[in-house]
Parts: sequence; C-alpha cells; structure tokens
Amino acid sequence: MKAIARLTLLVCLLAGVCMAAGPSPEKPNPGEELERAGQVSGHYGGNLTIGGRAEPKTLNPVIATDTVSREVIGRMMADLIDINRASQQTEPALAKSWKTSPDGRMFTLQLRKGIRFSDGHPFDADDVVFSFAVYMDENVDSPQRDLLIIDGKPLTVTKVDQYTVRFILPRPYAAAERLFDGLAMLPKHLLEKSYREGKFVQAWSLNTAASEIAGLGPFRLKQYVPGQRVVLERNPYYWKVDSQNERLPYLDELTFLFVGSEDAQVMRFEAGESSMISRLSSDNYNLLARERDRMRAQLADMGPSLEYNFLVFNQNDLRSKKLDAVAQKQQWFRELKFRQAVSAAIDRDSIVRLVYGTRGAPLWGNVGPGNKQWVNTAIPHPQRSVDAARQLLKSASFSWNQAGQLLDSSGKPVEFSIITSSSNTQRMKMATLIQDDLSHLGMQVHVVPLEFRAVIDRVFQSFDYEAAIMALGGGDADPNPEMNVWTTSGTSHLWHLHETEPASPWEREIDQLMQQQMITLDYGKRKQLYDRVQQLIAEHLPFIFLATPNILAVANPRVGNFHPAVLDPYTLWNADELYIRTPIESAAAR
Amino acid sequence: MRAKTASLIVALVGLHLTLLLAGFVAPCDPGAQDRDLPYAPPTRLHFVDASSWHLRPFVYRWSAGPDGYFENKRQSFPVHFLTGGPAYKLLGIFEAKWHLFGVDEPARIALLGTDGFGRDEFSRVLSGGQISVAAGIAATLLALLAGSIFGIVAGYYGRLTDESLMGATELFLSLPWLYFLLGVRAFLPLHLSPARTFLLLTCVIGLIGWARPARLVRGIVLSARSRNYVLAARSFGGSDVYLMWRHILPEVLGLLLTQAALLVPRYIAAEVTLSFFGLGVNEPVASWGNMLSTLQQYSVLVSYAWLLAPAAAMVVTSVIYSILADTLHSRLEFRST
Repeated sequence: MKAIARLTLLVCLLAGVCMAAGPSPEKPNPGEELERAGQVSGHYGGNLTIGGRAEPKTLNPVIATDTVSREVIGRMMADLIDINRASQQTEPALAKSWKTSPDGRMFTLQLRKGIRFSDGHPFDADDVVFSFAVYMDENVDSPQRDLLIIDGKPLTVTKVDQYTVRFILPRPYAAAERLFDGLAMLPKHLLEKSYREGKFVQAWSLNTAASEIAGLGPFRLKQYVPGQRVVLERNPYYWKVDSQNERLPYLDELTFLFVGSEDAQVMRFEAGESSMISRLSSDNYNLLARERDRMRAQLADMGPSLEYNFLVFNQNDLRSKKLDAVAQKQQWFRELKFRQAVSAAIDRDSIVRLVYGTRGAPLWGNVGPGNKQWVNTAIPHPQRSVDAARQLLKSASFSWNQAGQLLDSSGKPVEFSIITSSSNTQRMKMATLIQDDLSHLGMQVHVVPLEFRAVIDRVFQSFDYEAAIMALGGGDADPNPEMNVWTTSGTSHLWHLHETEPASPWEREIDQLMQQQMITLDYGKRKQLYDRVQQLIAEHLPFIFLATPNILAVANPRVGNFHPAVLDPYTLWNADELYIRTPIESAAAR
Repeated sequence: MRAKTASLIVALVGLHLTLLLAGFVAPCDPGAQDRDLPYAPPTRLHFVDASSWHLRPFVYRWSAGPDGYFENKRQSFPVHFLTGGPAYKLLGIFEAKWHLFGVDEPARIALLGTDGFGRDEFSRVLSGGQISVAAGIAATLLALLAGSIFGIVAGYYGRLTDESLMGATELFLSLPWLYFLLGVRAFLPLHLSPARTFLLLTCVIGLIGWARPARLVRGIVLSARSRNYVLAARSFGGSDVYLMWRHILPEVLGLLLTQAALLVPRYIAAEVTLSFFGLGVNEPVASWGNMLSTLQQYSVLVSYAWLLAPAAAMVVTSVIYSILADTLHSRLEFRST
C-alpha cells in the first residue's frame, strides 16, 4: 500500500515538474524557413526571474507606451526587420529578405514561410497587412503611428502574394528599414474581430486569458498575478534556431516580478530572488561591484548610453499665459551669451564623477560618444571656465554688485529656479552641483524638486517654469527619431514648443537639414548634414548638455549568453538566447 | 535627583548653546563642496605618529585610491583650537572667522565624514540642527499659544463656545497633515527662500498642532473655574479677562511647560519628515530632514553609515527633551500633592 502511495506521489511530482517546465520546443521541420542564430549555443531548461520596477499597464503592443509593458510585450512579439542591439544594424526577422527600389520609396519584403504564431496558427502576408492597418488607424491612436505617416501621408502596404508584402513610402526615407523595428506583427485571426467592432484598444488587457494572446516572439503569456508577476513560457513554434539547429528559446520560463524601485530590484537580486537587472544606477552598480567576490555576479558596463541629460531654459511664447514673472526672465534665457556663460560655468567632469561615479561621459552636444556612427567629433569640448563665463556675461551687459550678485542691464538680480523630478536622485544631484557652479557667477539658483508628472506638465503644457533638467534620447542611434526634438514643429522641441515659424535663422537651417537628412539615402551625405545640425545645436545651445550615464547591468553568474547593449531593451534584446548554466559551466565561465 | 537635574540642565544648555554657536563650533562652511572628497569617511584624530606621542591631536589627509579612501601619511596636520577659518555670522548677526577647532589647508577635518558633494557632515549636522530645532521650538510656542487661548476660552465660557471650539479641535486632530501640507505647497510659488520656508513650516506645524494642548488646557480650566477663589474673585467684580489671566492661566502653566517639553521633539520630527520628503528646507541649506533624504537610496544607506549622523542627533535631542518632560511632570505632580 505504501509503495503505491509513494509511486503516486512520484508520478504527481514528475507531472508537476513537467507542467512547470512549459511546452517542449517543436522540432524544426523542412517546411519552415527558420533563422539560424550564428554562433549561439546553450541548453534548454530553467526559469529566469527579472525584477521590474513597475507593473505593465497592458499587453497590447499597439497602444503600449510605458517601458515596462513594452519590455514584457517585446518578448512575446516579433517585428519584420529588427535592429540588432549589439551591432546597431538592421537584420532579418519575420522578413527573411527585402529589396529597395532605386528611388528608395518602395520596399518589397519576403516573409518566412511555414512559421507559426505561439498558438500554432500560420503567419502570412494577411497578418502583416492587418497589423499595419491597425498601426495607422487614427482611431486606435498608436504611438507608432507618427513614424508611419511621412509628410502627412501614410505609407501604403500591399499584399503581393501569401509571403510577399510591398511598402510604398510617400517619399524617399533614409534608413526606412529601421521603421520596422519594434512594430509587432499581430495575429489577424485573434484580433480582427475586436478591431472591426472598434474595441481594439480594450483588447489584450492584463485580464485577457493567456489562450487569447499569441505572438511571434520567443515567449508567450502563461500567467499574470496582479501586483506580483507576469510569467511567460517558451513559444514552442519560435522561428529561430541555434548553431546546433535546436529551436530557441532555451529558457522554459521568463518571470517579471513587480518590485517597485531600482533599490528594491537590487535587494531582490542580492537575496537571490531575481537573476538580472536591466539597468542600474552607478551607485548600485558600485555597491554590487564591492560584493562581487561574494555574489560572483556578472557586471556589465557597456559604456555611454545614447541618452542626454540637459538643462533647458524656458523660451516659449508666454503671451497667452499669465506668467509675467517667467516672461520677464526670458530676456536672459533668450540671450545666447547668457546660455553660453551658464554652459561654460558648469563643471561637467564633476557631474560625471559625483553623479555617475565616473561611469558616464560629459556632453557638449546632443550626440554622445556612445553613438559612434553619428557623433560629430569636431564639436569642441571646452573645459569649465568661470572667467570665460564672466567675460561672456560682461559682454552681454550684465554686471555685479558689491555682494557679488549678478545683475542684468536694468539692475535686476539674476535669480531663477530649476525644476527637476524628485524621484530621479541623479538629476537632483546634477541640479545641486549646477546651483553651486552658477553661484560662482553670482546667479542665485533655486532647485525645485517636483513629482515627475508635475515636471512634464509644466514643461509641455503650462510652461510655468524657468529652467528644467531633463533627459531625452536613448531609443535609436539613427537621427530620424530626433526629428521630434530639433525641428520647429516637433512635439519635443522643448525650449520653444508650438513654434509656428522658426524663431531664428539657425533654427530654420536645422529644420532644412533635418528634413534633408531624412530623405538622403547615402550614409556619408546624411552624416555631413547631421554633423552640421550638431554643430548648430552646440553653438546656439537651446539645451545645455550635461552628461550621459553608462549602460550598467547585472546578472546572476548562472545566466548564459548575457550580452547587454546600449540600446533599449538593454539586456533582454537576446532573451531567446539566454540560458541557465549548470554550476560547472558557471564556475568555468568565471 | 539633584545630580539628574544638573545633568539634564547641562545637556539642555550644551545642546542649545552648541546649535546657537554652530558657526563657531563647526570647522567648515556647511555649504562648501569639496568635489574631490565625496562620501569621505570621518577624519581620524591621531595622537601617535611614527616617532612619538603628541598631546595635540593631528590628522592626515584623505586620498582617493582604487579601493576607496586612504590616509595620506606623508604629511600630518595638527588640530588648532580657536583658529581662523571660513567666515560665518555668529548668532546670525556678527561677521566672524574664529572657529573652535580646525586644521591648516589643504587638509580638512570632517569629524563625521562628508556627504555626496564632499560637504562636511559635522558642520551640516550643526547647521541643520539650527533649522530643525528652531522650527520645533517655534512651532511648539505657536501651538501652545493658540492652544492655551482657545482652551481657556472654551473651558471658561463653556456651552456653545466650548462645543464649537472643541469641534474645531476634533477637525484639526483628524487632519492628515502630510497631505494637507502637500496641498498647501501646491498653492505656493515654485521656489521659496529658506527663511520663508522656515516660517511656513513653523506656522503650518504650529497651527495644526494647537488642538491637543487646547483640549488639555480646557480640561483644567473646567475644574479651575468653579474653585472658590475664582468664584470669590468673580463676586468681587473681576472681569473675565482678569480672571483668566490672574487665576486660571497660572493653573495651566505647569501643563503648558510639560506639553512644551513633549511637543518640541515631536515637531522637530515633523520638520525632519517634511524636509525628508522635499517639502521643507531645500538644498543647499542644511536641515536634518533633507540631509537624511539621501539615505532613501539603498546604496547610500548600506555604504556610508556616517550619513546617519542627523538621525543620531535627532535621537539625542528627543531623549533630552523626554527626560525634561518626565522631570517637569514629576516635579509638578510632587508640588500639587
């Protein structure tokens, strides 16, 4: 009797283990056009747990805007052409190849044959046409829609045959294949009904059953526990194989824990409850580095990111607003020599040392050293000089009283506030350093920490601020996503939003250069145009660039194929290749 | 008992005198950054070098190495007493340059280490203590003044006056003051000078805190107003104001003193909480609250123990005031029996 009970228990345990392990990968069959991931090797099994800062808001890839949702969705979905985060170059994904017409307007994509969504349904051109119809639908209001509308006209998508799709752009568009990165292909068989009924925005919420969600990414939804975690399991039909012709991904499961903050992520990592942190501050990186001997963690410093932190002065048109106090100070902010003096007085090296613990780089332009393909290395990097700053102010009719206070030409003391997000300790530190730096010029600066949404509201909506410290960039190395910031009509043209006409000749020139680079197909010519844009920005300082942090990540020593990149998603871009090492492999890797 | 009282008086006087003369006691300017020495550990005082003992303590400079800071022993710097240093305003009025102790440049003496900007933590604890303790005392005075006026009036007149004033105290006691302050802050200009912030903090904490003392005072007044000497004075034609001032206020003085000793540490904690959340005094002016706010970062909390110094100072202050309250309470009870 006891033997039967033991046997039953053993069977139950084995069944439990098998169920926890998730579905086994399908053996590749000859009808599938699979992508072979060159040198990748690993072995199956294991669950990778990642501590996330927040809970995703949706699982719908078309309407997701927050980083956490996109990080989870990105593992369940795939795009036609992908930007390889390591090489920063495009590579085939669901489209095995593509051809561009000589005028750069027509793209013909060949889709992989025989591949299937994670629910086993075949993928073909109808899914692609459906997906683009959804992305470009005004009623759905996808954040990616703007990218697909060029000169106010949408690109046209035509099905040529079951596995060929043609895209026609309204005009030539440089690096157009990069547009396809991040546009998840949707299963028409699951979403067409909700789209036709006008309920697409409500589709694939966090409450949707796992069986109703399918994608072409390496994982599929297994379980969502509100307030705790999202568990993804292996997509058994994924379209990539490794060097041994074994179907990826290696991991059985990928779990995202909701832990709340970066500090909580670090504590969970130290406690062994999570195995990876995608992005770390330098303080936490250094903390884990000090414990390297104990934890044997894999720490990765990938060098400067593409993000740029900057100080921006409010130069918006405030005539329609009742902001007289700010408007009076705008005569300083619009004075180029004033901005140049502020820039000259800021000690960027100290920012890198004290804010980023030397794990960052000072910036004098919008493109940092992390973007090797596009950075204009001719932009000067002047050292901090309070004397030079004083000369600039003097030449702009500023003076000092006996107490050393800076006065403008009408004798009014120069005093302004800098707002910044109170939850971002690094920017708070930057503000305090700048406050001290500018006190040497006799400027009285007040640092005002505000809740993040309040900062965004003041900078983008009410314009009720004098100066702000913010950060932009980081999405892609290509200049096209920067159109939004530097062109007059851009929605992130922060120093002067809703500008109808360029306010100055240099802004007009930037508008022309950015438009020109967008339709220039030759990299060398584009680089020349974008170099000039960077030069104009560095000369006229609409933003005073401060510094960029390094991309820092950490993983448990048992995580194999851990290769972070400087582009988002920093560590999970190759989630299909990650695997759990055996203890012997971990020891050997050390 | 006498020894305990004497120790208490010494501690109280010592604490407040140190904070009052913070500029003199502190060796550095609390706002001066030394960007080469972020998070430097406390400077060690030495009495022995390679050759002999020294009566006068000396220090070595911190130098940054790949594994953190180390003492650069090539040159020692004796600690000077009553020495010159950075300028400050004694008692906020007189320009002065004399400091209790200091070392010659380029060395620095940071008895409690430095913060993330290389600012001397000891000097900032003293300077921050001026703000935090002064805010606590001023808010207490305000709360007790308002509380005793409303408490005496409510207890003396009774009926509708009593009911309406006590209703108001219930309203104030149930107010979530942190959220209330967040709301108040949203209506104010973006940046306020430290002096205005200090006044605002004091007023808000004091005005929200009047309710509890008012209820206690009212309780005593209720029993005092029917005492024979009060009734006798009233029958002789004493006015209400005269009766309240001459006969009833002395009855509640003991209670007010005890309440003051209890409320000061509580309001210091209130100021610290507000500054900790960025609602109080902002950088670069130091307060115990904004100094402690850097410890919200896990890496700072577990790495630099000396940055807990403002919390230790707050605990010491609270303990002194608690003992004072206890002593006052015992003495008043003894007197009344």
